[in-house]
Amino acid sequence: MSESKTADLTSVAMTPRRNSRMGDTLAYWMPKLVLSPTLIIVLVFFYGFILWTGYLSFTNSRMLPSYDFVGWANYVRLFNNERWFVSLRNLAVYSVLFIVICLAIGLSLAILLDQKIRAEGALRTIYLYPMALSFIVTGTVWKWMLNPQVGIEQFVRSLGWETFRFDWLVDPNFSIYTIVVAAVWQSSGFVMALFLAGLRGVDDSIIKAAQIDGASRFMIYTRIIIPSLRPVFFSAFVMLAHIAIKSFDLALALTGGGPGVSSDLPAIFMYQMSFTRNQMGLGAASAMIMLLTVVAILVPYLYSELRTKKHEH
Amino acid sequence: MASLNITNVEKSFGHTHILKGINMDIQDGEFIILVGPSGCGKSTLMNCIAGLEDVTGGQICIEDHDITGVLPKDRDIAMVFQSYALYPNMNVRKNISFALEIRKLPKAEIEREVERVAKLLQIEHLLDRKPGQLSGGQRQRVAMGRALARHPKIYLFDEPLSNLDAKLRVEMRTEIKKLHQRLGTTIVYVTHDQIEAMTLADRIAVMKDGHIQQFGTPQEVYDNPANRFVAGFMGSPSMNFIDTELVNHEGQVCVKLLVMDQLHYLPTPSSERGLLERVGQKVVLGIRPEQITHVIPHYASNPSTFIVKAKIDVIEPTGPDTLVLVKMNEQEVNCRVEPHEAGKPGETMSLMINMSKTVFFDPITGERL
Repeated sequence: MSESKTADLTSVAMTPRRNSRMGDTLAYWMPKLVLSPTLIIVLVFFYGFILWTGYLSFTNSRMLPSYDFVGWANYVRLFNNERWFVSLRNLAVYSVLFIVICLAIGLSLAILLDQKIRAEGALRTIYLYPMALSFIVTGTVWKWMLNPQVGIEQFVRSLGWETFRFDWLVDPNFSIYTIVVAAVWQSSGFVMALFLAGLRGVDDSIIKAAQIDGASRFMIYTRIIIPSLRPVFFSAFVMLAHIAIKSFDLALALTGGGPGVSSDLPAIFMYQMSFTRNQMGLGAASAMIMLLTVVAILVPYLYSELRTKKHEH
Repeated sequence: MASLNITNVEKSFGHTHILKGINMDIQDGEFIILVGPSGCGKSTLMNCIAGLEDVTGGQICIEDHDITGVLPKDRDIAMVFQSYALYPNMNVRKNISFALEIRKLPKAEIEREVERVAKLLQIEHLLDRKPGQLSGGQRQRVAMGRALARHPKIYLFDEPLSNLDAKLRVEMRTEIKKLHQRLGTTIVYVTHDQIEAMTLADRIAVMKDGHIQQFGTPQEVYDNPANRFVAGFMGSPSMNFIDTELVNHEGQVCVKLLVMDQLHYLPTPSSERGLLERVGQKVVLGIRPEQITHVIPHYASNPSTFIVKAKIDVIEPTGPDTLVLVKMNEQEVNCRVEPHEAGKPGETMSLMINMSKTVFFDPITGERL
């Protein structure tokens, strides 16, 4: 009887051990197994295609990829191209205005929302809502609104102001600003959410201390709270900057780069060269320039983020 | 420096009453400590004095000026916060001078003031650093420096030491006491640490549930607690409360104490008046651990001391003394004995009970008899 008891005990002791050895092996391989499809997809479709685009930018590809090496010729052509410079200038105007206005509106909304007002949750959702729309939808809606025949201009005229003019959409000198308006409408709510989170992170007793020190409400914001939001400014700036550089769908839906090429952006230039005007080599070269611009913004950001994290630990 | 008078101050948030009629008269230069468990309203009272929260009733006066509705900045007070609340984007110099700049003092005077405060708190070498580069103790000093720079009438300290580690806390405690002795300022100081309260205060206000339970000097509060709550809150390890009964034994009012199946009759001190009419009733005997010690021959002949034999349940050495846990009237009782006199758990030892400082409470209301 005692023998069977011992046998029982050993079998009880053995079973979990055998299981745990299998479990260990499984635990070792499982994460690698689960992650590998994603890794392969990322490697092929992100980095693989970046490399391929980079290669194509040095070939004489027209409608279809070709592999005849032409050196820097595409880059030379690109920077001799009038239209590329128009799109670069547009990008500069658009991104500066877009980032500055978004930051200003986002910060103001966040500060106003942070005054312990009623229905804050509802208002926050309303301001954030444009985020839920795709840029295509935003572009289409604003195209109707800005259209002189059916939109705001027509509406105000129907109210009686017969001479009212708001035709930026069809004015080559102003068409780029319509993209700014639509993009700001779409993105400032998101910036507001970032700032609101930052404001909520400010220690309440700092504000109390400033009150006792005699600072006015305005001073508390300008001297203490806003300066302490510097990291938020930085994050918001990086987010907005790369949204601006990659802007394509909004511009295509709203102005299509027109009138003429007046609101052309690098992304539209790249798309049209590569896929509608059979200049794939030139398109690839412009794509590489855009990539480098994004990298130039992202790398310092990532570097500083990672460095501060290490510093804190 | 100024006196502070708080009359019937009430504060409620909706139907939650936080402060229920607080009265305090604080003299010029006094160090007052508000102490109590979490949620007793001590921080709310502090915020009301600072003007960060409006009172719902009552009056607060500084130097006989009613400041009840006055804005915080016009009350001429300074406050040190538990989280230090330093302005993270400014360096130490800016942190200290911020309030002075707002008050538009001349530049030279501000500089002189910053120098003076920095010297006083020994933070001269830190003036150009940001708060993020300072240790907890250094931040604490800067926070105090910011308060000192303005020469306010009243200083408020809101649990300033609770974020420091134990050793630093004791050091800073002494520093604060020295500072107060040197500057003679009026200080209201909130803490939940009763040792801080005992060591620092000129007078202690023990608070609970929005009421002041007792307002007196540390020794008064310790020796003559107004009720069972105050008695239990002040002192560490806390006072022993033993359920017992008052009896008339050989012409004296005594309490019954059953230790190791032996019934003792211990006479109550003559200072405790009004016990006679309670003879036969149940009471709670309050006795501090240091009043139950090992037998000291020198004191053993004293008429208020009695020796009992008790079985040791647990011992807790603290260094200077050892806490011995025994059972009296079937209840656990802490005794404080010399380390080398303490026995081992399970052994019996003779304990000397000093009845001269015992206090008695009503078992139901907890009020002092």
